[in-house]
Formats: sequence, C-alpha cells, structure tokens
Amino acid sequence: MTSKKSPKKKAAIASFQPTDQNGQRRVVITGAGTINALGHDVSTTLEAFREGRCGITQLDFRDVERLSIQIGAQVHNWEPADYFNRQQILLYDKFTQFTLLSAKQAVAQSGLNFEGALGLRSGVILGTAGGGLNTWDENYRAVYEEGKNRVHPFVVPKLMNNAAASHVSMEFGLRGPSFTVATACASSNHAMGLALQMIRSGAAQVMLTGGSEAMLCFGGVKAWEGLRVMSKDACRPFSANRNGMVQGEGAGVFVFEDYEFARKRGAEVLAEVVGFAMSSDAQDIVMPSAQGAERAITGALQDGHLNPDQVGYINAHGTGTAANDKTECAAVAHAFGHHADRLMISSTKSMHGHLIGGTGAVELLACIMALRDGVVAPTINYQEPDPECALDVVPNEARDADVEVALSNAFSFGGLNAVVALRRV
Amino acid sequence: MTNDIKTRIREIIAEQAMLEPEQVTDSATPEDLGIDSLGLVESIFAIEEEFDISIPFNANEPEKSDFDITSMGSIISAVERLVSEKAA
Repeated sequence: MTSKKSPKKKAAIASFQPTDQNGQRRVVITGAGTINALGHDVSTTLEAFREGRCGITQLDFRDVERLSIQIGAQVHNWEPADYFNRQQILLYDKFTQFTLLSAKQAVAQSGLNFEGALGLRSGVILGTAGGGLNTWDENYRAVYEEGKNRVHPFVVPKLMNNAAASHVSMEFGLRGPSFTVATACASSNHAMGLALQMIRSGAAQVMLTGGSEAMLCFGGVKAWEGLRVMSKDACRPFSANRNGMVQGEGAGVFVFEDYEFARKRGAEVLAEVVGFAMSSDAQDIVMPSAQGAERAITGALQDGHLNPDQVGYINAHGTGTAANDKTECAAVAHAFGHHADRLMISSTKSMHGHLIGGTGAVELLACIMALRDGVVAPTINYQEPDPECALDVVPNEARDADVEVALSNAFSFGGLNAVVALRRV
Repeated sequence: MTNDIKTRIREIIAEQAMLEPEQVTDSATPEDLGIDSLGLVESIFAIEEEFDISIPFNANEPEKSDFDITSMGSIISAVERLVSEKAA
C-alpha cells in the first residue's frame, strides 16, 4: 500500500487524543493481508481495484459439470505446499489456509511481535459462514457416495468454524479473547466490529480480525443454486440488468490496535476504525429490510461521532441481486438525505465475488485504499442505470477522490446488519 | 395426463399457500395466493421434484425467465410444455 502524505495527517498527529469523546480507547489498523480471486496479497488486490479487473472465471473443481452455476471468483494458482508443510496441510481446511496466509501478511506489515505480555493482551476474532466446507464436502462424498466407513482423524478439527481463529492464535501466541462469528454475509463485519469493541473497552490491546470463506466446492455451490439468486454470467451490482450474485472465496485479516500503543511504537497507521453498529431486521430469513440497513448505517455514524457529510465513500454490500441493491440504495438515500447524491458507493463484489462470511474483510481493503491512496474502487460490469439505484456507484472505472471517512456495509441473510466506519489518519 | 398435471400443480401450490386446491384458480397470481418470493422458489422446487423436470427460473429476473409465473394458468401451461418436451 502506498503512503499518501496529506496536510491533514500532520494536523491529526498534532492534535492526537488517545481516547474518543466517550473516553474510550481509539483503535487503528496497522496491518492488512488477503488472498482472493484478484490476488494473493494486498498490493495485487488494490491494483486490481484500480484497474477494475474482474476475478470471476469458469469454476474448476470436481463435479463442476453437475452444477447449473458454472462461474465464481475462485483463487487460482493456489498451492498450499508453497506455504505449509505436509502435517499442516492435513490439518488446515482451505478456509484456514487462506486465513493464515492473510494473517501472516498483516502481522508482518504491522511489525508486531507477540512474545511476552503483549500476547496475553491480544486475541483473534474472525468471521466465516461455512467454516471448513471443503472438508465437509470431501468427507460426505467419501462416506455417502464412495461408501467408505472410515474418515481421517482430523476431520472435526479441520471443519470446525473456529479452526482458523484457533490456528491464528497458535501461530502468533495470541492468548487473549479469541472466537469466531457466524452471521452469514455479515460475519467479517461483525467480527471486526467486535474486535474494535475489545480494544476500545480495554479488554485487549491488539486484535487480529477479519474473515475467510472457502465455499467453492460442489456442495457449497449446489446449496446456493437452490435459492435461485445466482447469476450464470456476471455480477452486475446496481445495473438494471443485474441478475444475481456470484460466489467468491478467500480471506482478509487485519491488525487492529490501540492507537496510543501504535503511536508510541511508531507503527504506520493505515486507518482509524472509528465507528461500528449492528442491527437486526427481525423480519425475514432472506429478504432484506431498508430500515434495518439504515439503522446500522446511522448507528455507525453516531458511534464514531461522525456527521453524514464527512462520509465520502461507502463500500456497498452490493450483491447484484434484485432485492439487495435496491434496498441498500434506499437505505443509503434515507440515511444520508441530500448527501447521498454527493458520496460515492461501489460494490467490489463485481470483481472479487461474494466471499460470504469473508466478504467484509476483503471489502475493507477498498475503504483503506479510498482513505490512504485517494482512489475509489469501481463497480464493474455496470451497463444500465436503474432508477431504484440512483446513486453514484462509480461505474466501471476507479476514481481519484479525497475521502475522509469510508463505510463498509454488510447485510446478511437472516437480517443481521453490520456497518464499519473508517477514518483517514 | 394434462388434467393430472394441473391437479398435481394445484395441490403443490395449495399446500404452499395453505389453501384448498379448488381455491387455486387459473387466474390467480402467486401474490393473490399470498406466496412470497421464497414461497415461489419452494413451489418451483416442489414442481421440479414432482415431475422430474428442470425449470429455468432466476428469482432476480422472473420476467425474463422462459418460465412464465404470471398466474397459475401460465405456470400450469409452462409445466405442461416442459413435461411434454421431456417425454419427446
């Protein structure tokens, strides 16, 4: 990630306050890591965002010919042996592998060493919806289809949803609060919001957070086909001719830490995590509610003591389904009033697909890019304006912009909403 | 055969809508019967299972689908067509 020096950065340091208006610790991001269909690290992913490159291709895995959905944002050239030894590969499902690779990148960037007291005050909160879904799929196939009566002893430790969080804690010696959050498509945002709260409250000093998903296998895609909300050709968020979502896979992991601690150790700060809110629609298991989404958006602004007109960019949930995109635009329009016409909102799912439980983590990278590099990632595949999505969706090409605050929206099946607000530092 | 298909579809839709089969008239729309988008997807699945056919339906663009869901009558004719294509 390139650094952008602005006069505001100096002003922020000069007026540094370790706590917010409520006397709570401030929290910043000092490391980021990812692997997704656009790249195996942050810089390649941001380059793809700038270029508006699409990571969605023909799916490639066993039995794919029996699927009616043939496309996805799959991680290509993934060779676990490049990163893990034989024993680790036997123990790590793909969602754990993606998580560990991302976590190593993030920790390396932060420059942190968790030996001693810091490890006791640090933890891991990650989001995933499916956990070790490839492991479920492979072993169900073995016992049901192939009629085997014996499975590998590591099946349970591989497939459990907390496996990735546990392996991250072991890898870095993080002995504080650690757990996994499962709120479908909002899992990563819920995880990151809880990590913020852990540090704010003083329960932890550093948290590794984000999320991961590896659902691109026969059973994972077949299950989604049933709902008939998937596109067979492309993900076109906000475009009038959109026809559904496209699944992706990968992970994003960040180092969140106490701002004062980061400042004292001279860490490079990527952004401040300034606000977070959650809400529940309490309405329908699949259909979203504009009111629920709006309450999460306004809640995140209030939590961060932000005025709506400070927000320059929103990374949308923007799944490319008929229902989500119009509901989300209505929520944003209502939450921001006249300012809704001045801010930019884009869906990077058009490029990296919908990573389900890992999606908010990869999407947070677009928010950091907007704040630090002054580049807003586009919504690609945008072809036809939709009067029900009449906002500036940054169609097809990335745009230079001066952004002070960026939001990341996530609205899950089941009506569980989570919005994270980042501020430029 | 045709009447049989009609009867079976009516029964499937009636079960989904929690109505009696005779209340499922040809002119009724899914909305008239109180069937929401998830209920519609569920009904289509049940029809596919019943007749062992594959119905092209994307909930994001129901109007663009080859499978006309405007009313019970249009659904019944579309299923009849798919069943006869399968037999052919």
